[in-house]
Amino acid sequence: MTIGIVVFPGSNCDRDVRWALEGCLGMATRYLWHEERDLQGLEAVVLPGGFSYGDYLRCGAIARFAPVLEEVRRFASEGGPVLGICNGFQVLTELGLLPGALTRNIGLHFVCEPTPLEVRPGACRWLTGYQSGEAISLPIAHGEGRYQVQEDLLRQLEDNGQVVLRYTANPNGSMGDVAGLCNPGGNVLGLMPHPERACESLTGGEDGRRLLASLLG
Amino acid sequence: MPHFHASVQVSLRPSVLDPAGEATRAAAGRLGVAGVTRLRIGKAIEVEIEAPDKATAQQQLEFLSERLLANPVIENWTLDLIETAAGPVA
Repeated sequence: MTIGIVVFPGSNCDRDVRWALEGCLGMATRYLWHEERDLQGLEAVVLPGGFSYGDYLRCGAIARFAPVLEEVRRFASEGGPVLGICNGFQVLTELGLLPGALTRNIGLHFVCEPTPLEVRPGACRWLTGYQSGEAISLPIAHGEGRYQVQEDLLRQLEDNGQVVLRYTANPNGSMGDVAGLCNPGGNVLGLMPHPERACESLTGGEDGRRLLASLLG
Repeated sequence: MPHFHASVQVSLRPSVLDPAGEATRAAAGRLGVAGVTRLRIGKAIEVEIEAPDKATAQQQLEFLSERLLANPVIENWTLDLIETAAGPVA
């Protein structure tokens, strides 16, 4: 099993994701440069955190046009597991694979700290290792993570069980306390917290481990 | 080929919070400018474009604004387009 990790100019969590998958969980990975189009043999694709293309214009706005993402879109539409972490979540919303947008934190600060979350896995294939209602802690590190969406669409997402991760102490003003969202098919997950930074007790907890370990089936 | 200058104004939708605008509004008060009741920060994007005619330029700029320059989920945009001699407008 090989997991693809997309690398944009400006990605900075690509190596963290590789360490979590390879070093902590024993999976094989392959970096996918943003100009690549070959996803052959990949079981899943991760869009890591960072500042793709310098976050020029808007977070994720330029990344949306990367050649590799045309293939990721096709991969996702065929049911392939896709995970967008932080900047990767912002890219998934710009790409239209997940609804809404991530905007400037309400307090203007870049917030970098462990954050309590509630998990509601629903049909999300990435969260099968968690109990519904389980409380976990994952680190966040972002300046633009405030989830924004039309009110009626937010209610629809909640009714559909797509709001799979919620802040229990909202750090950024996110509407509906949204920290992570899944598509209706359950294969595409976007979240602002960093599960790849929570896979070892040595570096602040293991609550993210089961999320990435879901790939092991 | 006729040359056009476009000015695209991107603003946050009224329903979207603008914490940076709020912070700037507060700073206006500290500068001694009283009475600023609202301050919202957007983007002004200047574009030079060549097109066979104004209608085509207009259509391309609208497409560009809707699909790239603004994110319609959180932003509105307006467009001003004028035909010019080649080269940037001062």
